[in-house]
Amino acid sequence: MQTLRHAPTHRTYLTGFVLALILTAIPFGLVLSGLLPATATLSVIMIAAIIQVLVHLTFFLHLNFASTPRENLLALAFAAILIFIMVGGSIWIMFDLHMRMMG
Amino acid sequence: MSQAESSASTVLASDHEETLDFEAREFGFWLYLMSDAIIFALLFATYVVMSQNIAAGPSGKMLFSLPHTMGETFLLLCSSLTFGFATLAAMARQNSRVILWLIVTIALGIGFVAMELSEFSGMIAAGATPQVSGFLSAFFTLVGTHGLHVSFGMFGILVMMGQILTKGLTPPVLSRLYRLGLFWHFLDIVWIAIFSVVYLPGVL
Repeated sequence: MQTLRHAPTHRTYLTGFVLALILTAIPFGLVLSGLLPATATLSVIMIAAIIQVLVHLTFFLHLNFASTPRENLLALAFAAILIFIMVGGSIWIMFDLHMRMMG
Repeated sequence: MSQAESSASTVLASDHEETLDFEAREFGFWLYLMSDAIIFALLFATYVVMSQNIAAGPSGKMLFSLPHTMGETFLLLCSSLTFGFATLAAMARQNSRVILWLIVTIALGIGFVAMELSEFSGMIAAGATPQVSGFLSAFFTLVGTHGLHVSFGMFGILVMMGQILTKGLTPPVLSRLYRLGLFWHFLDIVWIAIFSVVYLPGVL
C-alpha cells in the first residue's frame, strides 16, 4: 500500500493517542479549574486544538512531507486557505457589522 | 524507494497497477474529505457568528456539561485508536483481529452517538430546541451534522465487516478499509474543533 510507505505500527497510534489525550486534558483542565483569565484560556484552547489537529494528521492519517503524494498535500493546503478566507472573512465582516450596529 | 518502503507497499497492493489504482482512489477520497472539511468550516463560521444570539433563550453556559463532552471526546479518541489497530491487523492479514477491532470501534461509536443523543434530548426537553435562537439553530446544525457523519461511518464499518467476512482481505477490500479509516480519523479531527469552538468557549 503506497500510502502506508511509513508502515504505521502500534507505537505510532499509541503515541498519537497519548499526545491527543494530553492536548485534550490541558484545555478541559484549564476551563474546569478557571486557573487563567478568559482570554488567556481561549488562546490556550486554540493553540492546543491546532497542535492536536497536527498530531492527528501525523499519527492517525499518516501525513508527512516525505511520503504523502504531493497532490494530497496541495489539496489540503488549498482547503486550508479556503477555510481561512471563508471562516476568517465571515467572522471579521459579521463582528465588524455588529460593532457598527451596536456602537 | 527503500527496502522498507517497497515491502510496505507490497503488503497491501500486490502489483504496480493495483498501487496506481489505490493512489488514485485515495486521492479522490481525499478531495471528498477536503470538501467535507469546507462544509464543516462554514457551519463553524455560522456558529461563531450566531453564538451570542441567544434571543433571551438559554445560553451555552446553562446547557453544556463539560464532563459529558469529555466523555464523548474520550470515546471518539479511543475509537480512532481501535480503528488504527484494525488497519494494522489488516496489513498483517489477520481477518478475525480486524473484525474484532472494528466491533470495538463500532461499540465506541455507538457510545458516542448515544451520549450525543441524550444531550440533545435533554436540551430539547429543557425547552432548548433549534427554533429557540440563532445560537441553538447553529449548534444543532453543526453538532448534528458531525453526529450524522459518525453514524454513516458506523454503517460503513458494518459494510466493511460484511466484505471482510465474505470476500476476505483482498486488495480492493483493504483499499476501501483504508479510506474508511481516513474518514473515521477525519471525523475525530472535526470533533477537536467542535469541543474547542463550541463547548469550551461556551462554558467559559
